[in-house]
Amino acid sequence: MPFLPVFLWTDILIFILLAVITAGIFYLRSKPHLRAPWVMVMQRKRGVISVIILLSYVTIGFLDSLHFRVALASADNNQQHYSTEVLSVLDWMVSPIRTQVEKTYSAPLATRLFVKEMQVVKGGQLEYSHPRLEYAAQHLTSETEKWADVRNIVLKSTFASITFIVLLIALYIVYRKLRYQHALLTELKRLMHGQSDYPVRTFYLMIFLLVWISVTLVMLSQYYHVFGTDKVGQSVLYQALKSVRTGLAIGTLTTLIMLPLAIFLGISAGYFRGWIDDVIQYIYTTLNSIPGVLLIAAAVLMLQVYMNTNPDHFATIAERADMRLLFLCLILGVTSWTGLCRILRGETLKLREAEYVLAARSLGASNFSILHRHILPNLMHIVLITVVLDFSGLVLAEAVLSYVGVGVDPSMISWGNMINSARLEMAREPVVWWSLTAAFISMFILVLAANLFADVVRDAFDPRMQGAR
Amino acid sequence: MTSPVLLEVKGLKTWFLSKEQPFKAVDGIDFSIQQGETFALLGESGCGKSISALSLLRLNPYPASKIVAGEINLNGLDLLKLSEAEMESVRGRRVAMIFQEPQSSLNPVLTIGQQIGETLRWHFKLSPQEIQQRSLKLLDSVGIPDPIRRLKEYPHQMSGGMKQRVMIAMALAGEPELLIADEPTTALDVTIQAQILDLLKQIQRDTGMAILLITHDLGVAAQMADHIAVMYAGQIVEQADRQSFFANPQHPYAKKLFEALPSEQKRDQRLTVIKGNVPPLNQTFIGCRFADRCDLAWDHCHQHEPSWIATNERGVRCHLYDPTVTASAENLLKPSHASHLSDVVPSQIHALDIRGLKVHFPIRKGILQRQVGQVKAVDGVNLTLHNAETLALVGESGCGKTTVGKGILQLVEVTAGEVRFQGKVLNRLSQRQLKPYRGQLQIIFQDPFSSMNPRMTIEQVIDEAISASKFRKEPAAKTKYIDSLLERVGLRADIRHRYPHEFSGGQRQRICIARALATEPEVIVCDEPTSALDVSVQAQILNLLRDIQHEFGLSFLFITHNIGVVDYLAHRVAVMYLGRIVEQGTRQQVLDAPKHPYTQALLAAVPDLNKQELQVAVRGELPSPANPPAGCHFHQRCQHVMPICHENYPPLTVLENGHQVNCFLYEENEYGSTNTN
Repeated sequence: MPFLPVFLWTDILIFILLAVITAGIFYLRSKPHLRAPWVMVMQRKRGVISVIILLSYVTIGFLDSLHFRVALASADNNQQHYSTEVLSVLDWMVSPIRTQVEKTYSAPLATRLFVKEMQVVKGGQLEYSHPRLEYAAQHLTSETEKWADVRNIVLKSTFASITFIVLLIALYIVYRKLRYQHALLTELKRLMHGQSDYPVRTFYLMIFLLVWISVTLVMLSQYYHVFGTDKVGQSVLYQALKSVRTGLAIGTLTTLIMLPLAIFLGISAGYFRGWIDDVIQYIYTTLNSIPGVLLIAAAVLMLQVYMNTNPDHFATIAERADMRLLFLCLILGVTSWTGLCRILRGETLKLREAEYVLAARSLGASNFSILHRHILPNLMHIVLITVVLDFSGLVLAEAVLSYVGVGVDPSMISWGNMINSARLEMAREPVVWWSLTAAFISMFILVLAANLFADVVRDAFDPRMQGAR
Repeated sequence: MTSPVLLEVKGLKTWFLSKEQPFKAVDGIDFSIQQGETFALLGESGCGKSISALSLLRLNPYPASKIVAGEINLNGLDLLKLSEAEMESVRGRRVAMIFQEPQSSLNPVLTIGQQIGETLRWHFKLSPQEIQQRSLKLLDSVGIPDPIRRLKEYPHQMSGGMKQRVMIAMALAGEPELLIADEPTTALDVTIQAQILDLLKQIQRDTGMAILLITHDLGVAAQMADHIAVMYAGQIVEQADRQSFFANPQHPYAKKLFEALPSEQKRDQRLTVIKGNVPPLNQTFIGCRFADRCDLAWDHCHQHEPSWIATNERGVRCHLYDPTVTASAENLLKPSHASHLSDVVPSQIHALDIRGLKVHFPIRKGILQRQVGQVKAVDGVNLTLHNAETLALVGESGCGKTTVGKGILQLVEVTAGEVRFQGKVLNRLSQRQLKPYRGQLQIIFQDPFSSMNPRMTIEQVIDEAISASKFRKEPAAKTKYIDSLLERVGLRADIRHRYPHEFSGGQRQRICIARALATEPEVIVCDEPTSALDVSVQAQILNLLRDIQHEFGLSFLFITHNIGVVDYLAHRVAVMYLGRIVEQGTRQQVLDAPKHPYTQALLAAVPDLNKQELQVAVRGELPSPANPPAGCHFHQRCQHVMPICHENYPPLTVLENGHQVNCFLYEENEYGSTNTN
């Protein structure tokens, strides 16, 4: 086999999560009352925009979660050896920018290194200047043509994207014509005037932007380092792409750990009252009064000690880094379930007195059946809203924790680590600004999209808005 | 007796505009109110009464709705032409408004004094002392005792009736010429309702203010109004003065409303129901809006919109009274049918025996949650329910009626006493032992909107009852059984896969009845099952309840505050006051010859269509069950109070034919009767 698939712990959890979400979507499609709020989300412009952005991030993250080890060419035929480096499908797809490593810093779209070096010029004399980059702008005969070339590439990509989107719209209109037997012109008018229930125009605009940005980036990165390179000469664009998975993993896996705790304890406290309520309340009040960062730092340092004393448990560096990521999710989950638990307890207290719960009790329904048929389904909208809102907070928390030094493993590329290294770069003169900017932009777009999404979801699940529907 | 016209409304239309058809909540209403009179706007929910009232002050929801046409003339001032700033000098000052829910109309973080003072400051230039004095005078005029203390109190420290009085005081602060009262007593008990209505009348006498009363209650309208307009689907369909309206309602809708009221005279009949619902108002009407629900409608009604036919002082919007339209004769001759219904004869077998039932809720305080007292919600109730009998439990809100129902079903923990059912004391059984009896005791709740899980289909709702009761496990039989249940309660079987929110209140209540029937119960506790419903829908539900009692021989414990319903449905009546039964007997005994002063007061407070004078037979409000008064609980409000009433709780006195009453007036002791009255 030319490669050996590697399943890291976080990969497995991410796959499970994706499977659950997919199953959930199929389940929702069959239930009109559950589908209705989601249809409403998709009918809002902000909903469409944020879903498209989130989906593109998820795609990047997913590609980055399919890990493997490449087989090494070996003389020995009996045993196949694999590289110790764990790669992902994303790494493989962007191989050029991953492997084309410069010496050190270079600015975005630069042709020369950022620092001066002693070098031998044609004549044989030594010169102290910015050397040409090894992998960027090699196709140009003269460096002065650079901007013309960049403009050319952007024009090309724009043209390609416009062609693509026009084709897509044409296909859509033809499909609708065939399906509903409408005239072509009415379909076109319908699209242009936005007469659909869904914001189709926004959808196509977003798709166009997405295609345009990706095509431009792909075409430019063939010849340039689009976002520049970092201290060791690695492409910052590559780092920004790799950070997506780390951010998403922290945001989603933490909720995966937090949810069962919050739901189970919150509902038990609210429904059973009495001493169970007292104990659970005591636990979360205590946990809440300990500073979260303290707990996280302690836990991460403990794990670090364990990893250092047992290096043989981890076959590759990636596995070590992954273990630390998982542990960080775990400890973040343990410190962040209390808020949701408190909300769920309060809501359960209200629901257990609802008349339909009383009716179920008078019918002789068991506690378990009341909890899972009456209480839990009526809490799900709160759970959902909290999860979506918490997500962006967790992505930011990762950045902060890594900056402080108790976040993910230093070998793992993450926004936090990028920002952490940018701390020194900002102190340089002239300033190396692109690393921080790239981390900032990619994180900002994700968090903004998540917040917009949370907003739309909250509106859609608001009972008052449902009444208006 | 024609005073000058104060308010004249012409062709007022308030529409909720949307992309598709506008929702025509108010669709061209005309009326005028004379100075000093009470004008009642009567109709079921969803007919546009409240939006009409809000539109008069231009307070209709904005930007959702818009006044698209019409004229509102207040003493020659066209309110629709005023600017928003000029409107502010009309609102509260010339036209004031009070709302249905006193709880939500007062700001909970401001004292009563601040809230009344604020209104005064808006409209008059007054010094703080003057404001204080005017506030005191206002509170005094609405009959609030100890106004100086009350000014410093917050709304939560007052009862519902008190809050409504404060609302009225605030409305009066601007000395308005017109008071719009939007269902002012709907959220209140009958005894309090009588007090508030009396107060409104008295204020009207004193100040000469006109009142626009919005109500769905024919009884309230009968007692208060000088003129009555009946609204239906955004239009006024009939308008007349009180005497002629109550003597002879003309529009078929108005007639039906009267016929749908439950009462003693209709005991042996099914109540008249108005089929269907108020039509959705986002359509273009071609014919008469009531035609689909009208028994008298003929082709002409479906094709032509009726015009307003005014005859001396009254008017009606119906083709039947239009001289230019010849009604087909058969319609006029159609008798108002009433199918006969034989009375259910209860057996003497006891279905349910309740002895000394007590439900106390502890009041806990402090960090350690020490018990500092208890709310005696139910404090020693004895009841016997015979097979196939309807026992009505009557009382004001807060007297513990609902808790009795929940205590019987073991939905709250019973503190003491016993609930005996089929030879077992239910409150001494464990949850597991109780399970076989669960299905045989069922409950129907007041609010059909909250008594079904919004996330379950109708099939799942009923299926839950069937699965819990261990009947009929195989799916085919189960589906058939669900179908038969739905059809039994008058719904189509194909609604099985729909969700509760798709149904109207009446339909949901039918589904709840189907769910209760699914376990083949012996006893059903009906906890105010019709009080959230309109009169016409209430009639449907009452008919259904009587039918199923016939068919299945069910016993009902019917918890209600509506005396009309009791009169129509009950065999025996128990009157509850502050956690205890004060009087118990057959319907005739309790309702026709009430003995306990409380029962007498309660019955007197019920607005009666026939006696058009208001009686306030009881003052004050229900004391707190956490701290019941010593002696007889009722002594503070009783007209016949005697010294002994302050000291001891009266023992049970059995009068003739098992009529039981707890009152010293009827006690036989060694000195003979203490009845001095």
